[in-house]
Amino acid sequence: MITFSEKQLKIPSMSRPVFLVTGGMSKFDRAIPEKKTEELVIDAFTEAARFIGKTPAELKQYIHSAYYGHFADHFGDQLLGEAVIHDRLGLDPLGNVGIKTGGATGGSTLWEAFKTVASGYSDCVLAMGWERMDEVPTDEGNHYIASAADKDWETPLGHIYTGYYAVMAQKYWQVFGKSEDSFRVTMAEIAVKNRGYARMNPHAQGPKKITVDDVLSSPVVAYPLRALDCCLMSVGAACAILCDEKTAYELTDNPLLVYVAAGSHTLRVADRRNMAIPLLPNETAEQYKDLGERFPGGDRYPGFTGFLAARMAAYYGYRMAGVTDPTEDLDLVELHDAFTISDIQTYEDIGIRPYGEGRTYVESGDCYHTNPHTGKPGKLPANLSGGLLGNMHAVGATGIMQAIEVAQHIWGRWAEMHADPKKWEAFGRQKPEDWTDLQVKGARRGLAISHAGVGSHVTATIIVHPDHQLERRF
Amino acid sequence: MRCTEDRGTVKVINGRYRPTGKFHYIYEHSPIFDENGKLMGITNPRDVTHIHAYGGEAQFFESLGKGKLLGTRCDNPHCEAEGSIFMPFRIHCPDCLAKNTVVDLTETARKSATVHTFMITERTGAFNTLPTPIKFVNVEFEGVCTILMGYLSVGEPEIGMRVVPIFKTQNPTFTILDLSWVPAGTKEADLPEGFTFG
Ligand SMILES: [Zn+2]
Repeated sequence: MITFSEKQLKIPSMSRPVFLVTGGMSKFDRAIPEKKTEELVIDAFTEAARFIGKTPAELKQYIHSAYYGHFADHFGDQLLGEAVIHDRLGLDPLGNVGIKTGGATGGSTLWEAFKTVASGYSDCVLAMGWERMDEVPTDEGNHYIASAADKDWETPLGHIYTGYYAVMAQKYWQVFGKSEDSFRVTMAEIAVKNRGYARMNPHAQGPKKITVDDVLSSPVVAYPLRALDCCLMSVGAACAILCDEKTAYELTDNPLLVYVAAGSHTLRVADRRNMAIPLLPNETAEQYKDLGERFPGGDRYPGFTGFLAARMAAYYGYRMAGVTDPTEDLDLVELHDAFTISDIQTYEDIGIRPYGEGRTYVESGDCYHTNPHTGKPGKLPANLSGGLLGNMHAVGATGIMQAIEVAQHIWGRWAEMHADPKKWEAFGRQKPEDWTDLQVKGARRGLAISHAGVGSHVTATIIVHPDHQLERRF
Repeated sequence: MRCTEDRGTVKVINGRYRPTGKFHYIYEHSPIFDENGKLMGITNPRDVTHIHAYGGEAQFFESLGKGKLLGTRCDNPHCEAEGSIFMPFRIHCPDCLAKNTVVDLTETARKSATVHTFMITERTGAFNTLPTPIKFVNVEFEGVCTILMGYLSVGEPEIGMRVVPIFKTQNPTFTILDLSWVPAGTKEADLPEGFTFG
């Protein structure tokens, strides 16, 4: 059993608070042959500047250092693409650095930007992420993604990353889902929900009005996962501006507090010794004593059924921000729904539900904007952006997109950023007749989870309105 | 077109790589036009051979072709993980970073390997050389603290199923693909070409 030292489990501290001032994003699509990456990045930056009534040139005057999330050099066929983007944004000679942590690259970029401001090194930083996954055909793309697995021990096995994750899905499906038809339906409901929310998002690549039956009759990718259980592969960019308090209030009247924490776990699944479940503030060791009895095969931790990295990101992040119970303390979340089943696994890793009970977050209706059982607002709406299933997964941009989506609700400006017919037109997209305002009324606090592969890296970004800070009790 | 003519190979002589043959092939770019003949971009063809060191894992990959499955064990008496056996083969203990002791796990695998989880997929990425559908199996062993990923060559996988290792002892590739798994009780005649029980 692996044990951790107190030093390793220290709650991260900051020299000063960090504020999210603005953010923006480009259109997301499977292919954008008419634009170079730098054009998408400038689209995102321009949206961020406009959001606080600045020109790009005015906003640039505040930036002191830049953090660039771009995962796959292979995809862009450009080593050090960060330097190209930094030049095109006209931010030389400021210091900049590239960040790559697989699917969590966007979240990790925020993490680096956050620490830079928290330390006092910079008063205002740019966190910009992008990915260009359209410049190789899909099977070469799958090989490139699989290159992020262990190249001697895993990649030669099919060159298909989905397969390395899918074995985790199978274990969760059999142990915690008990291979029940009702669990399969719950998975499908996530696919229906997130693609449905994507219909209200002009940026989104994969909006779809579908039913549970559509999901259940879509082609099997790797049983029990079907095509509509799996996320998109995208092109696009997203950015955020983080500042210290003084600079934040120079730029806007309404900055939001932001906390970012990160965890990791071995690239190869279950390739470390077992350990006790690290507990979140709303859990006790007692409640997991009989986990293996209730779910035979479910007591090996972290094993194949959970993501230790997500657990650790929440472990540090909740205590930094004063979150005791995510379902009570948060008003919305954006989760890394790469697959419907990994979404359910994540509910447990981050304590929205205890291990083994993730499905009830969907089945209770809590995860919806409007609870389908009661017609009342969902207790903790998830992935109103459409998530990775319906909006996008432009890897380096994903974690930043999630954070901006959460923030737009807390700013009370979600509708403004999603309803504008001019934006729909500019992206060449048809605004649906039944477009619905998904603004979470009175949103004060939210969370975004950015996640890599089989759980090698995960970040938790917690965004809090300064008038609604939680007391730190840890 | 398949450019394997004079494809590069490498030897290590006196501690240095000695490459011979061609490590890249040059192709013309080709323009990308839209349906109206407007230039949109360019293709960048590339064909490169990389060199890769196995270092302390070389004995693992070499042993597969000889029908042996090697793991490692931490024997550091001061380590929390002392006595832990690792498969995949770890050169160093992940806890104390001491050099692990190499242990032969072939018999352990024959006697105790079971499928911890699995997945069957028709989908592969470019450069895949395994027949489809691929049946991924993650295999656990008695007394080993980690789980090994591999593929099943015969039958249909199930969680808890007893499996035994098979090895590509004829024309080994010296990659992880030289190790595969079959249900316990499978006959030698049913193994894929080039594979034996070791
Ligand atoms: Zn050790």
